[in-house]
Amino acid sequence: MKTGNYTQYKTTSAVCYHCGESCKAEIVDFDAKHFCCDGCKLVYELLKENSLCTYYNLNNAPGNSPGVSAYSGKYSYLDDTKVAEKLVRYSDENFTHITFYIPKIHCSSCIWLLENLNRLNEGVISSSVNFLRKETTVQFNSKKIKLSEVAELLARIDYEPLINLDALEQKAPAKSNREQVIKIGLAGFCFGNSMMLSFPEYFSVGDFKGQENLSYFFGYLNLLLALPVFFYSASGFFVSAWKSIRYRYLNIDAPIALAILVTFTRSVYEIISHTGSGYIDSMTGIVFFMLIGRYFQNKTYETLSFERDYKSYFPVGVTIKENGKEVSKPVSELKKGDHIIIRNSELIPSDAILLSNHTHIDYSFITGESAAVKKRAGELIYAGGKQLDGAIELKVQNPVSQSYLTQLWNQDKKTTTEKDTTYVDKINKYFTIAVLSIAFLSAVYWLPTDSSKALNALTAVLIVACPCGLLLTTTFANGNILRIMGRNKFYLKNAGVIEKLSQIDTIIFDKTGTITYGSQVEFKGKPLAEKELQLVASLAAQSSHPLSRKLYTEYAKDKIYEVSEFREIPGNGIKGKVNGNYLVLGSAYFVTGTVKAEDTKSAKVYCMLNGELMGYFSFQNAYRPGLEKLVNTLSEKFKLKLLSGDNDSEKIHLQTMFGESTDLFFEQKPKDKMHYVQQLQKNGHRVMMVGDGLNDAGALNQSDVGIAVSDNTNNFSPACDAILDGSSLSKLPAFIQFAKSGKKAIITTFVISLVYNIIGLSFAVQGTLSPVVAAILMPASSISIVLLTTALTSITAKFLRLN
Amino acid sequence: MSALYLLIGISLTVALVFLFAFLWAMKKGQYEDDYTPSIRILFENEFSEKNQPNKK
Repeated sequence: MKTGNYTQYKTTSAVCYHCGESCKAEIVDFDAKHFCCDGCKLVYELLKENSLCTYYNLNNAPGNSPGVSAYSGKYSYLDDTKVAEKLVRYSDENFTHITFYIPKIHCSSCIWLLENLNRLNEGVISSSVNFLRKETTVQFNSKKIKLSEVAELLARIDYEPLINLDALEQKAPAKSNREQVIKIGLAGFCFGNSMMLSFPEYFSVGDFKGQENLSYFFGYLNLLLALPVFFYSASGFFVSAWKSIRYRYLNIDAPIALAILVTFTRSVYEIISHTGSGYIDSMTGIVFFMLIGRYFQNKTYETLSFERDYKSYFPVGVTIKENGKEVSKPVSELKKGDHIIIRNSELIPSDAILLSNHTHIDYSFITGESAAVKKRAGELIYAGGKQLDGAIELKVQNPVSQSYLTQLWNQDKKTTTEKDTTYVDKINKYFTIAVLSIAFLSAVYWLPTDSSKALNALTAVLIVACPCGLLLTTTFANGNILRIMGRNKFYLKNAGVIEKLSQIDTIIFDKTGTITYGSQVEFKGKPLAEKELQLVASLAAQSSHPLSRKLYTEYAKDKIYEVSEFREIPGNGIKGKVNGNYLVLGSAYFVTGTVKAEDTKSAKVYCMLNGELMGYFSFQNAYRPGLEKLVNTLSEKFKLKLLSGDNDSEKIHLQTMFGESTDLFFEQKPKDKMHYVQQLQKNGHRVMMVGDGLNDAGALNQSDVGIAVSDNTNNFSPACDAILDGSSLSKLPAFIQFAKSGKKAIITTFVISLVYNIIGLSFAVQGTLSPVVAAILMPASSISIVLLTTALTSITAKFLRLN
Repeated sequence: MSALYLLIGISLTVALVFLFAFLWAMKKGQYEDDYTPSIRILFENEFSEKNQPNKK
């Protein structure tokens, strides 16, 4: 062991050796190192026993402070074969592979430790980390260690795997992405080689006398190269075209598939009949470019998820009390009447009746309201609430799938009444009709004089006028827009959102967490000295109530005093003796003994020191910086609305900020929000909903563009069309403008690509389109289109001050 | 000119080798995670004789 290395981390102020947090409440000394809690110490001991201390050498204090403590048996539901079956990637008699999502992975030490799991338990054969996805794949011997034990092992070293209900439902979506790259690679390979084989033909037109065999040889090789492109790489176009025809609607893939088909058939005919060299290089080239465009546009953000519903939030297992024994069961097997046990800060998975005396439930997850709600025995608790006091017992009322919360999702999804066609589809429709009629007319024109020329012209028109230019402009423009927005921390689900974004006329904001962030604490009353604030922080440190936590983090500096005679009366407040001073914190009634009438609106904590009422701490929402400017800019072009789940304590302030004409609604339930969006849509508005949290989930889903605001994009956010980082909220007007100009960029480039098409057509209708002309026109148009769209969108972004 | 057959045959073979190398790398999932290996390579193999972190 390199003991010498350790001293450098031992700074004078006590910082936890394991997790790096300053030791405020207590200091645990062990092995000449400081730890902030027993949890950290235990992890250190475990690692030291197994000589895994390299963990601490790679990074300074890399550990995680243990959050929710793992109790043994927490993961025993994983041994249920039905559950295991769905989670495990591969298993045979001896070996099992499983991938865990571990949100706490954050540095190279994590990778190192997690890839050395085999040294902590011999049942683990190997493990490997995917850092960006925060996933660890563990391969273990199922005879030596059970799945639940693997999960427990991870939890013991504070890398708690997150196992959610939706992990049970879908597996490995990454496959198609891989296939897409293979298709591109194959098409690129065939394109390059076929171009090489076509060159001799182009440069020595008609100069193959005596060398016919060589010419045929090139032709057949070309044909060979065309086969994988036609049958494999281009298969996506045919499938999509076939689908669109079956549903009697014309998408852009239909004319493209037709062009590929015609080019391929004509080339095969020419090569086999020795009448020409075909257009293989043009065909493979265009497939290659179009696939790249598609890939560029569709490559989304792997680490973000836009499809989360309640299943991503719910735990898989829950503790059930059966005949006096506690057993862990999958949530999906909960029945009405089951007795469940929910521990501190766990989520309540289904609507249930409280059997324990009383508890506090944090509904911020569902309603956005930050204050905890007190519940007494016999009251109904809705699923989704977070339990804050110790362990409680509940009786299940509804199975998970029928609870109040889950019904929000099960309601019919977006009612798409209007035609869902985009402007690209519209352009494509006219374009295709025009091309088909030109092809038909030129064939009719030539038919009386020269039937072979008629066929020649017909196929040539179809080849040259394939709307690949349109496809390339849209895919590359959209891809570039997605990337630029992503760089500005606005992550769109897919390219379709860009167009919807450009059509918005109404914007609805949620309040808490969307236009506000965190909360500000302000003390009102007799000014408190720094030392007295430390007393408050010390007392608050003893309680897990959200307001206490806030007071603690706000005021705790370095010294935390010991508290004696501590008492917490849930729902009222806390009191205790701190450093010889008697301190009471809590509601007005609890502290002063009288109820104050105006007290109910914003959260207040009264403070009494040694029998003297000092005043109260008031907790106010802090508005995001630049909000006023944002509202002003947006209100010029859009109708603004505000829907808040909170009470109307800040109505006056908000009304002045948003202006008199803006409708503000308070105490809106999740369903109210959704119905409001629906109502606006019925009146013909195109609605953008900006929200966060589950309470907005219904509205986000219903709106035309649902944007989830998040301060940490790796955090959970509800199902939505786009995720916006809180710091970029002020750029919202620029994003909308950008989406609008993206449309202009696409149309401009498309018009230019039409010029190429017209040049090509002029050859084609005369029946004189030679492979050389096609081979020059195709790459020239493709490349110039790609460059032009990318340049146009990038310049617009600069202009809008997006970086 | 018959040398051309040979040369083109060779050039195509070389190109095919690269194509298969690409397909192999894709199938092995080498493009799935382009970040973790860059860190992994920096770990010292103190216990190299046994229990090396196994890459799969």
